[in-house]
This record gives sequence, C-alpha cells and structure tokens, in this order.
Amino acid sequence: MSETPAVRSDWPLFEVFLRGKRGLNHVHVGSLHAADAQMALHHARDLYTRRNEGVSIWVIPAAAITASSPDEKDPFFAPSGDKVYRHPTFYEIPDDVPHM
Amino acid sequence: MTDEYGAYQALAEESDDQRWAFGTGFTDPLEGVDTTVPPGVDGDALAAYCLMLGDDALVYSHRLQQWVTRAPELEEETALANIALDLLGQARMLLARAGRADGSGRDEDQLAFFREEGEFRNVRLVERLDADFAELVARLLIFSAWRLALFEALRASADPVLAAIAAKGASELAYHRDYAARWVVRLGDGTELSHARMQAGLAVVWPLMDELFTPHEVEAALPGVAPAVREMRGEVDAVLDAVLAAATLTRPAAAPLAGLGGRTGRDGVHTEALGYVLAELQSVARAHPGATW
Repeated sequence: MSETPAVRSDWPLFEVFLRGKRGLNHVHVGSLHAADAQMALHHARDLYTRRNEGVSIWVIPAAAITASSPDEKDPFFAPSGDKVYRHPTFYEIPDDVPHM
Repeated sequence: MTDEYGAYQALAEESDDQRWAFGTGFTDPLEGVDTTVPPGVDGDALAAYCLMLGDDALVYSHRLQQWVTRAPELEEETALANIALDLLGQARMLLARAGRADGSGRDEDQLAFFREEGEFRNVRLVERLDADFAELVARLLIFSAWRLALFEALRASADPVLAAIAAKGASELAYHRDYAARWVVRLGDGTELSHARMQAGLAVVWPLMDELFTPHEVEAALPGVAPAVREMRGEVDAVLDAVLAAATLTRPAAAPLAGLGGRTGRDGVHTEALGYVLAELQSVARAHPGATW
C-alpha cells in the first residue's frame, strides 16, 4: 500500500477555469472540493461542463492563489483612474487585426 | 464593463443539438430516425435484444439515482447523477427501438412502467441496493467495463439504429468506467480500512458477473446484429485485472450466483431486489395512467 498522507476530514478547495469552444482564454467559473488535482479535474468535468460549455479545464488549489486585499484598493487601483493616455484609444485599429 | 456573472453563461455554446435541454417538447427519443427493421433481421428477436440492454440501463440508472442526496460529497453526487442520466438516455432509446422493432408500437413509457417483473430482461447484477460506496464503484466498474466492450462491438451491428445508439453510448460508458476505476484504485490503494471495504465490496458483486457473459438464444437469433457476448470476457477481464492490480486488490474467489433451472435475469428470473426498484419506478405512472408532467 502506498505511503499514507495525513488523513484530513475535508477535501481542499480548488478553483476551476474553463475555456469554451471559441474562447481564447480560460475563465473562472467556480470552485469545488476534491482530494487531489486529478479528482478536481474530474469533478470539474462533472459539475461545470454538463451543458457542453468547455473544451479545456484548469484546476488550481485555492490556497495557491494570492489575491489583492480590499484594504489596499486605493493604492492599488486608484492611481490608474485618471491616466487616460494609458488606453490605446489614440490609434486606428486596422480591420484585419483580430482579437482586439 | 462585462457582467462578471455572465462569464460562465458566455461559455455555453448555442448548439443545434438541444436534446439535453428541458422543455423542448420532444417525446420520442428516436424522432426523425428511420426505424425500419433491416431485411433478414428477426424483428421480435431484435426487440427482445433491445429490451435486454435497455432494461439493464433502466434498472441500474434507478439504483444510481438512489445515491442522490446520499452520496458522501456533493461533487460525487453530481457525478453519479450524470452517470444515471446517461444510462437513462440509453434506456429510452433502446426501449423505443424495442417497441418499434416488434411492431407492437409500445412507447418507452409503456415498456418501462407497465411491464411486470417477470417481463424485465435485465441481468441480476443491476438490481441490488448498494450497501456502501465501495460496492457502488465495484459494480459500476464491472458493469461499465462489460457494457463498453459490448457497445464497441455493437457499433458494427447490422441494425443501423442499434449501431448509432451504441456509438453514442460508448463515449459515455468510457467515462463511467474511468470514474469507477479511479475510485476502486483510490480506495483499494488507500488506507487499511478503505482497502478492506473495497475488497469486501468486490466480493459482493463478483458472483453476479458470470451472467454478463452467458450466451442467450436471442443473441444467437441475431447473427450480425448482436455480437457474441462470450467473446468479450477476455477484454473485460484484462481491464479488471489491470485496475485490481493498480488497486492492490485480488479477484474474489466467489462462485457465480446460480439461476433457477439455468434461467437468469435475461429470462425474467430476478432477485427479490428488482421488485423494490419497480415498485418505486412504476408507482406514479400506474397511479395516474396517461398523466403528463
């Protein structure tokens, strides 16, 4: 029998990202519990692709995500609010450039 | 700004295939399909054969549905409900095929809800109430490994409707088998307790496996339509042996469950467990005949 890891009564949380048929990037769709990443992938298939939504699934342990804190909202995001020149709105985009 | 809650919705594709959806008003699972029995094929035997495979799926789907609200985790519950729905879909098509092939014109509901226990043709493996999760995955592994081998062979059936049903079902069954195999390995190669319970679960369902590979006269009456189920034993055994080896489990030494004078589930001779399934499955339709909902 394999080496037994520490037994825990609840499964860790995983975040699920799906890419749709015509989607270009994976989109966060929700979370689930699973014992490990392989099981999370299968659970994601059963929970989030029942209606033909996806062609590719990513699962990531929720604990591995570092998130910005609401307390830091101002220093993080406010400085970019009045810098309109950071938007590439002063260019004409040619018609044949895709995905802009 | 895009609506952050719309992101998931936006992934769903518009599709021509609306059969998964509720409320589309369909009533006949074979609507639009040419259900003429091919020349040279015995329609009654074909109907009996479709009933066998349809009843397997119908009864087992019901046993799997009974896990809903009782599964150990919400995620597993959804997985089991998905599997039960896949099998229910297979049952609907096979029962509808049976009602057309024998010329009786009975629809899926008449066959599912208004036949008596002795008229059901399912194998006895599907009738039991699972005592625990180990028993559930042990039976699902055996059932889906066997049915996948059968459906793969059925794709070349001389009946094009049966071949199409098998082609659709095969990919579903491949997932069911994968799901079951993962759990058998996880529990078998887990802790001392999970190993012991997985081995015990296998021992419970093992005696019911022989019946899956027993040739039946209906099969013999359908050359080219029904593949010889006896020849699938090698393939299924290889799959089971591989899973059991990975799970550090052993084949139970259990004698096959005897039939009644050689007659088994395929002949309408069932275990007492089937009566409980049918009582639950049929009671509403029989209390309100002709009702729609």
